[in-house]
Amino acid sequence: MSVSNISRRNFLRAAGLTGTALFVGLYFPANAEEAKVAGADAVEATDIELNAWVHIDTDGKVTIFSHRAEMGQGAYQSVPQIVAEELEVNLEDINIRFAQGDRQKYGNQVTGGSSTIRGSYKNLLKLGASAREMLIAAAAAKWTVPASECYAEAGHVIHRPSAKKFHYGELVEAASKLSAPKDVVLKKRPEYKLIGKPLKRQDTPLKTNGSAVFGLDFKLPGMLYAVVERNPRLRGKLKSFDATAALKVPGVKKVFKIQTGVFQTFRDGVAVVADSTWSAMQGRKALIIEWDDSGFEHISTDEIYHRQSELLKTEEGLSVRKQGDPDTLLNSAAQKLDVIYETPYQSHSAMEPLNCIAYYQPDKLEIWGPIQAPEWVQDFICTQFKLPREKVVINMTFLGGGFGRKAFMDYPHEACLISKETGTPVQVVWTREDDMTQGPYRAGISYRCQGAIKDGQFIAFKLKAAGQNIYHWMGAPKTQPNRSISEGFLAPYYKSIKDLSIADIPFETPIPNVWWRSVYASTNGFAYESFMNEMAHLAGKDPLDFRREYLKEEREQKLMDKMEELSGWKNRKKGEGFGLAITECFSTTVGQVVKVSRKSDGKISIDKVWAVMDCGWYVNPDIIHAQVEGSILMALGAATKHEITFKDGLVEQRNFYNYIMPRINDMPEVAVHVMDNDENAGGVGEPGLPPFAPALTEAIFDLTGKRIRKLPFKLDEV
Amino acid sequence: MTNITVNGKQHQIDADPNMPLLWVIRDIIGLTGTKYGCGVAQCGACVVHLNGEAVRSCVTKLSRVQAQQVVTIEGLSANNDHPVQLAWNEEQVPQCGYCHSGQIMSAAVLLRENPNPNDADIDAGMAGNICRCGTYQRIRKAIHSAAEMQRKGGASK
Ligand code: FES
Ligand code: FES
Repeated sequence: MSVSNISRRNFLRAAGLTGTALFVGLYFPANAEEAKVAGADAVEATDIELNAWVHIDTDGKVTIFSHRAEMGQGAYQSVPQIVAEELEVNLEDINIRFAQGDRQKYGNQVTGGSSTIRGSYKNLLKLGASAREMLIAAAAAKWTVPASECYAEAGHVIHRPSAKKFHYGELVEAASKLSAPKDVVLKKRPEYKLIGKPLKRQDTPLKTNGSAVFGLDFKLPGMLYAVVERNPRLRGKLKSFDATAALKVPGVKKVFKIQTGVFQTFRDGVAVVADSTWSAMQGRKALIIEWDDSGFEHISTDEIYHRQSELLKTEEGLSVRKQGDPDTLLNSAAQKLDVIYETPYQSHSAMEPLNCIAYYQPDKLEIWGPIQAPEWVQDFICTQFKLPREKVVINMTFLGGGFGRKAFMDYPHEACLISKETGTPVQVVWTREDDMTQGPYRAGISYRCQGAIKDGQFIAFKLKAAGQNIYHWMGAPKTQPNRSISEGFLAPYYKSIKDLSIADIPFETPIPNVWWRSVYASTNGFAYESFMNEMAHLAGKDPLDFRREYLKEEREQKLMDKMEELSGWKNRKKGEGFGLAITECFSTTVGQVVKVSRKSDGKISIDKVWAVMDCGWYVNPDIIHAQVEGSILMALGAATKHEITFKDGLVEQRNFYNYIMPRINDMPEVAVHVMDNDENAGGVGEPGLPPFAPALTEAIFDLTGKRIRKLPFKLDEV
Repeated sequence: MTNITVNGKQHQIDADPNMPLLWVIRDIIGLTGTKYGCGVAQCGACVVHLNGEAVRSCVTKLSRVQAQQVVTIEGLSANNDHPVQLAWNEEQVPQCGYCHSGQIMSAAVLLRENPNPNDADIDAGMAGNICRCGTYQRIRKAIHSAAEMQRKGGASK
C-alpha cells in the first residue's frame, strides 16, 4: 500500500486549525506493537504520518480529534475524558471534533467489536501525559527552574515553590519546539480525577434541543435528494425500467440505473433524484420496473430452519475446537441431553435509517454520513472509483444508532455513484422499508448441544452450529470453519470441561449477512448458556452453584458472588422465577439474573434484571450503565418481539408495524453493577446483550417448568 | 402556497399540499431537529406540536397545517431549558439521541396534560415513541424529575 504523506500543516489546514499551537499525536512505526508519541518537530523532520489527536492553541483551547464514531455508545465523551485526565485540563475546556476517516492517520477507526476504549486507552493516556510533560518542560525552561518543581493542573503549569503559574496557552509556542518525551509516568487509579467518574456526556445538550447533526441532517448548498428502488430479492438484477411517469412527478430531476457493491457482489437499483426527499419518494412510487430474479434460490424461513436441523442431525461439520473425546463419553453416558436451539434473523433497525451524502467533483470525492467504519468506506470507494486516498475524504456525523449495519459500504457507495451522475451533492435516503427489507441481517443460527453428566459432573460437551457465516460474504474460504462460533462461551470452561468439541457446519443462502450488536455471541450465548442451565438441572444442581464448579477463576467467582448478592438468588420466593446466564465477549464478562412472575391476567412479566459487568479498567460508569440497559432492551426485543422472516426470497417485514419494537411499557427495571479491578479494559457497548435471552428463558423455566429453545417467543403465550 | 407558523416564524410554502409536514420542516424550512424514523406513524421520531398537541409530522399533510402553529424541538425553549430538556440532561437520557426530539416533544405534552404522572401514565403516554437504544428506564426517571421541577417551578412563581 502506498503511503501518501499529509504534512502536519496540511492536516491542520484541512481541519481548519491554523496558527501557533502545540500539536501532539500518535503514530505507529512500521511493525511496532505500540504507538509512539510525537510532537511537531518529529513530524516535520521525518514526515511521519501522525495519528493526530491533541491540539492546543495559544488561548489554551484544546481540540481533540475523536477517531471513532459516536453512535450512542459514548466515545464522544469517553475518549476526551481519558486524554483530559493525563493532560490535566477541565473537560469543559475541550473541544471535540470528529476525525476524518484515514487509516494512515488514526489507525483502526472501525467502531465495532466494542473496541473504542479497550483498543486505544493506553495510547490515549500516554498522549495526554506527553503533551502535559512538554508544557511543563516549556514552563520550567522559561522560569529556569527544574521541571520536577512544576506540576500541571486545570490547564495551567504551576511552579510549586513560588506558586507562579502559566496558562497552557502561554506555553504552546515554546512547547511546540520540544520533542515529545520518550517515557512518561502515568497516574495510578486512585489519582484519577476524571476517569472512573460518571461525568455527564458532552453530547447530551445537543441531543435535547435538536442541534446534534446526524447524517440525515447534514446539508450542502445545491444538494439533491435521492432514493433508490433496489431489487426486493436482495441479489437479483434489473431487467428494464420505465421512468416516464416518475419524471413527471414535480421535483424529480433524474432517474437512472446504479449498481451498488454488497461485499463481493453487486445489487441493481434505480435511483430517483429530486429536489426534496418527498419528491424522490413519490417519483420512486411511479417507477415501472422489471427485475431479473433468476440464478439464485428464493428461500423461505421454514426451509432455512428445516435444512439447518437436518444438517445438525447428519453432519459433523468443521472443527472449531476439540479437546478429549466427547463422542465416546456421550455414547456411553447414562445421563445425557441432546437438544437444538434456534435463533432468528434480525434487522439492525437503527432509528436513523441509512443515508449518506456524497459530492463527486473532478479533483475530489467527499462523503458525509453516519459511518461506523470510515476507513473501510475509504478503501472501498478508492477501489470502485479508482481514486487515490487523498482524493477521497470521509467525514463522520453523529450516528442515530449503528449496531454494526453502519460499518458497511453500500449506502456511501450509492451516494457516490449518484453524485457522479448528477454532478451535484446528493443525499441518498433509505426509507424505513428499504432499511428493513434490504439487509444485510444478523444470521439466524441453529445449534445442537449434547452433554453428559456422570456423578453430578458435566463430563462431556459437544456443540455444533449451522448458520450463515458473515466471513463468507467477506470472501473467506468456505473450507474453513467459522471460528466465531465459540464467541460468548467463557474460556474457563475449556479447562473445567475436559472433553469438549465445537464445530461449524457450513450453511449458505442468498441472504446477505453482517455483524449485529455483539455479533455471534448474540446467538451463541443463547445456546451455550441455555445448555449450561439445562445441564445443571440434569445434574440436579442449582444453576449458580453448578457454574461455580466450572468457573473457578477469581474474577468469575467474584462476579457470581455479586450476582447472588444483588439478586437475592438464595432467598427467592414462591411465585417468582429466577434465571441466570453469564457470557463473555470483547474481553468483558457479563452475568445477568432475570426475575419473572405471572401477573393476575395470566401473563408473564419480567420484573427485574440484575446485570453485573466485569470490563476491567473503565472510564465512565454512567455510560456503561446506559449501554447495559440498552443492550438488555435490544436483547429483549430480539428474544420476545421481532424477527426477520423470508418467503419466496422476499423479506416479510416492512416497517415497525410488523417488526415489533419493544416500547417503554416493555422495559423491565434494570440494575447494573460494574466490577472494580485493574485488569485490562474490555468492551462496553455489546457484551451486555448475550446473557439476557438465556437468563430469561431459564427464569421462565424456573417459574413454569416450560423450556424455551427457539427464539423469538411471545411472552404472552408462555 | 401554504402559510404556516413554525416556532413563531411565518413561512410561505410552495410545495405539494400532500407533502408531509416532516419533509416540509426538514427539507424546505431546514430545521432538522425533527426526525424521520418510519414515515408511517409508528415510531414517534417526528413528533411536533400542532397548536399545542403532539402530532406525528410524517403523516400530517402540509394542507392540514395551513394557518396553524407548529412548534418543533428547536422551538420548545430558547435555552434548552424546558423542564423536560433539563431533566433529560440531568438523567443523561440520550444514547444515540436520534429518537429524543420526538421523545421530548411527547413528554412535554404528557406533562402539560398530567403534571404528576405515575409509571403507568408515563408508559401509556410514551408508548408511541420507539427508542432502539433502549433508554426507556431513563425516560421514565426523567419525566418524574421534570414533573418535580415543574411543581417546584410552579410553587416559586
Ligand atoms: S417518522 Fe413519524 S412516527 Fe415514525
Ligand atoms: S437514543 Fe438511540 S434511538 Fe433512542
